[in-house]
Amino acid sequence: MSQSPATLFDKVWDSHVVRKIEDGPDILFIDRHFIHEVTSPVAFLGLESRHLKVMFPEKTFATADHNTPTINQHLPVQDPLSANQLKALEVNAGKYGISHWGLGNPKNGIVHVVGPENGITLPGMTIVCGDSHTSTHGAFGAIAFGIGTSEVEMVLSSQCIMQPKPKKMRINVNGRIGKGITPKDVVLYIISRLTAAGATGYFVEFAGEVFEQMSMEGRMTVCNMSIEMGARGGMIAPDETTFNYIKGREKAPKGAAWDKALAYWKTLKTEAGATFDLEHHFEAADIEPMITYGTNPGMGMGITQHIPLAQASGGSKASYEKSLGYMGFHEDESMLGKKVDYVFIGSCTNGRIEDFRAFASIVKNRKKADHVTAWIVPGSHIVEQQIKEEGILDILTAAGFQLRQPGCSACLAMNDDKIPAGKYAVSTSNRNFEGRQGPGARTMLASPLVAAAAAVTGVVTDPRTLMAE
Amino acid sequence: MAYDKFTVLKSSAVPMPIENVDTDQIIPARFLKATERTGFGDNLFRDWRYNPDNTPKKDFVLNNPIYSGKILVGGKNFGSGSSREHAAWAIYDYGFRCVVSSFFADIFKNNSLNIGILPVQVSPAFLDKIFRAIEADPKTELEVNLPDQTITILATGESEAFEINTYKKHNMTNGYDDIDYLQAMKEEIRAYAGKSIY
Repeated sequence: MSQSPATLFDKVWDSHVVRKIEDGPDILFIDRHFIHEVTSPVAFLGLESRHLKVMFPEKTFATADHNTPTINQHLPVQDPLSANQLKALEVNAGKYGISHWGLGNPKNGIVHVVGPENGITLPGMTIVCGDSHTSTHGAFGAIAFGIGTSEVEMVLSSQCIMQPKPKKMRINVNGRIGKGITPKDVVLYIISRLTAAGATGYFVEFAGEVFEQMSMEGRMTVCNMSIEMGARGGMIAPDETTFNYIKGREKAPKGAAWDKALAYWKTLKTEAGATFDLEHHFEAADIEPMITYGTNPGMGMGITQHIPLAQASGGSKASYEKSLGYMGFHEDESMLGKKVDYVFIGSCTNGRIEDFRAFASIVKNRKKADHVTAWIVPGSHIVEQQIKEEGILDILTAAGFQLRQPGCSACLAMNDDKIPAGKYAVSTSNRNFEGRQGPGARTMLASPLVAAAAAVTGVVTDPRTLMAE
Repeated sequence: MAYDKFTVLKSSAVPMPIENVDTDQIIPARFLKATERTGFGDNLFRDWRYNPDNTPKKDFVLNNPIYSGKILVGGKNFGSGSSREHAAWAIYDYGFRCVVSSFFADIFKNNSLNIGILPVQVSPAFLDKIFRAIEADPKTELEVNLPDQTITILATGESEAFEINTYKKHNMTNGYDDIDYLQAMKEEIRAYAGKSIY
């Protein structure tokens, strides 16, 4: 294709172009398509009105997650509209021969958790879903991004979508991260530096020592939030950590197919001398536990810092003041010690086993603060099972917490898990938009460690003060 | 889904000079439970537009009768966040055909083009001029000319060019969508799929 050394992104993108339209988008073949109950029904209606079939049903995977209840999943879903969407997914999947892990299925869970944990997500793939956090799968060296319902219909009917090739950005973070700093803090730090629109129009590659040393689950957390800086997606070159994670998972290649795939995956890295449209460099030593104070994920800061002044925000003063007004916060004040009403751990960002291990490491031998309501929601039944098998559930129970059942839950509050108006939540999810966790809810995004520290102290607390030397 | 052809749109505009208008504001998640594409306009900007008791918030621009039109003018980074096409459906269903901003989130821009809303990206300076023109006269008209790729403030004659790729422009001016195009190249797609290791 190009004469200059190729980037990881170029290699995967260019190998999936079925046709280029002059002064138009590329037609990109899609290897894996995930669907869920909320953004797929209208796409199936579209297929029906055009009398089209699903071209490759074996490349699409359905799971129910967005509106599912996180308690009493064995009972009929109470909300008739949610029940109707869940039924539509089941019916559509059945009709077109698509794999469906609905409510109650032991493989059920959040789409971006179950894809990787079952070996559906693999390096070098193109992966789409009608959900912006599809960027999660980029952790495997895949090109993965969210699409709209019209595009869901395109993928169902032709296994392709049309996309102009985005520009390329590389974000390098080098050095070693300190105690109490998690992948969530790394990505919240990056977004706070680049702003919520700082990577719009770009596909990001995360590179450097921090990501090389990170677990797959941590990489998923980072890539998950690429969209929160506006990026089309984010990806990390696959390495031994990636291959070890995938090997043996149910739908991963086996035997000779594994060897062949592995040989190819090892070529998936950016070559020396490859160029990016934009490159950023950060130092791990500058990162501390992060927390957001505003109403977009770019409005984050180190937990010991003071809320920035409006003139330092880079945006309009009116928008900044509207945001702080919604949160009930003020410029130049500290967040430490602020009362917390709700704590949510879960979501496609922080709903994997390592996140619950981190949470448990803080709450162990402590008690939940009386006034805090905590929702602890595993990303899948497999994660739920791990929580039980590893004894984490015992730690949680002893500290006064209850474990709920898997789903997107309070991340977007489509089910009953809504933070009440005016209440403050420390949340391990991905968006602090106005009303995101319920009308009038005030969200502070943070890591599982910061969430745990808030849950046991009842106020915003630096988790490092609760950690052993 | 078929949509109206877009060529030249002359209309007054509704100003929303707020930055980072995300798709959760455009349509909150709790209104995404339909299985058909109808009625989303009623819940456009729901929580900015209505109080919890469903009475209209008087200070919100959509509730102010002096502003109307088929063009919505937003602050920078319009449409960030979730991929929900419902946001674009709600804007379309309410009656807008064009959104103007100095910067759009990628997925929102794609979704808009796919359903027949034209996203027009202008310079920050021109966006400012539009806001000031509407402030001076809420009935002031803008002309969005897709064939010429220009947007003009008719009262002052000030104009700026905007970008759109030839393929999408052709689709919008003819009311075509991508599915017909993709259906016509199925053999090519099948040949590609046959070579894939996945």
